[in-house]
Amino acid sequence: MSGFRTPLARARGLGSAKHGVGHWISERVGAVALVPLVIWGAYSVIRLAQLDYYGAAAWIASPVNATLMILTIAIGFTHMQAGLRVVIEDYIHKTLTKAALLVLNVFVAGLAGALAIMSILKVALGGA
Amino acid sequence: MAEFRLPKNSRITNGKHHPAPAGSGKTRTFKIYRYDPDSGENPRWDTYDVDLSQCGPMVLDVLIHIKNTMDPTLTFRRSCREGICGSCAMNIAGRNTLACIKGHDECPGDKVQISPLPQMAVVKDLVPDLTLFYAQYASVEPWLHTETPEPQKEWRQAPEDREKLDGLYECILCACCSTSCPSYWWNQDKYLGPAALLHAYRWIIDSRDEATGERLDELEDPFKLYRCHTIMNCAQVCPKGLNPAKAIAEVKKMLAERVV
Repeated sequence: MSGFRTPLARARGLGSAKHGVGHWISERVGAVALVPLVIWGAYSVIRLAQLDYYGAAAWIASPVNATLMILTIAIGFTHMQAGLRVVIEDYIHKTLTKAALLVLNVFVAGLAGALAIMSILKVALGGA
Repeated sequence: MAEFRLPKNSRITNGKHHPAPAGSGKTRTFKIYRYDPDSGENPRWDTYDVDLSQCGPMVLDVLIHIKNTMDPTLTFRRSCREGICGSCAMNIAGRNTLACIKGHDECPGDKVQISPLPQMAVVKDLVPDLTLFYAQYASVEPWLHTETPEPQKEWRQAPEDREKLDGLYECILCACCSTSCPSYWWNQDKYLGPAALLHAYRWIIDSRDEATGERLDELEDPFKLYRCHTIMNCAQVCPKGLNPAKAIAEVKKMLAERVV
């Protein structure tokens, strides 16, 4: 019966995962990378609003713009996934529900990010 | 999944009112959380109109006055009455602090609400169960770890290395910080909490300790350490004016320093 476990055994739990500093660093590196990317993104949206369809397609086809767009999307979705993961870990305590939500989080972020990147590539490479 | 209401047996009801005796001077109302596990009843809020001319200036003086003259069943911990033992930690007017060094005139509003430290199991009235909290402190092994044969006289430490322990060694383990931390509320079974982490850091930066790496290994864990989201409630409420959040940030910095 778990009621007979000593307090120290409860405090130690399953022990240290000896893991976490990588996540901590990548969260911060991602956040720093997003600062210039989001500023560039906002500026680009304003510029794109002034262009017609062909002008916008030609703008995306430029290698610099396409690369920066893909980076914004990829880092943005990775960062979102990492943030939501912390929220799930904080508030969901049932192991199965938590695992299911963590997997769903990765799948949704991965799918949405992949779709967005594929769309950018299609316009950039397809010369639509 | 999410629970939006307290369990039925934890919902707080309105309790008794204890008026001040006739002929009292200036009074102030104290609304105090009461729970008696033997009665089988729900917890309740009792109110006490306290004659301020009859008791000392601190909230602990008020509690002792209530116990001595109005209601001997009121249960709370206290010992040193000068902020060094940490026994009388409780939530006063919405803030975790020590009743013995909190003046009742410092509390805003008409009524002063007093409840046990938040999100801990209640033993009785204002007494929380701190068993796990103490075990978490023990789990960081708060003593010197060395392999070098013990020197004949003492382990020597430079004054500047000793200074690094200032702001850490003063912690009295009153649990105000840990029980004010939302991360600790939701994950206290896995997150060590600000108090235990502050003590862990106190031994990590002790120049005499030879187990720094092992200590960091033990802390590098998504829950034990990284549940700290720098909410800073710990630093806000610490009755000794310490900053556990900074100590935790230093541990995170050391872990990063180890890999870059």
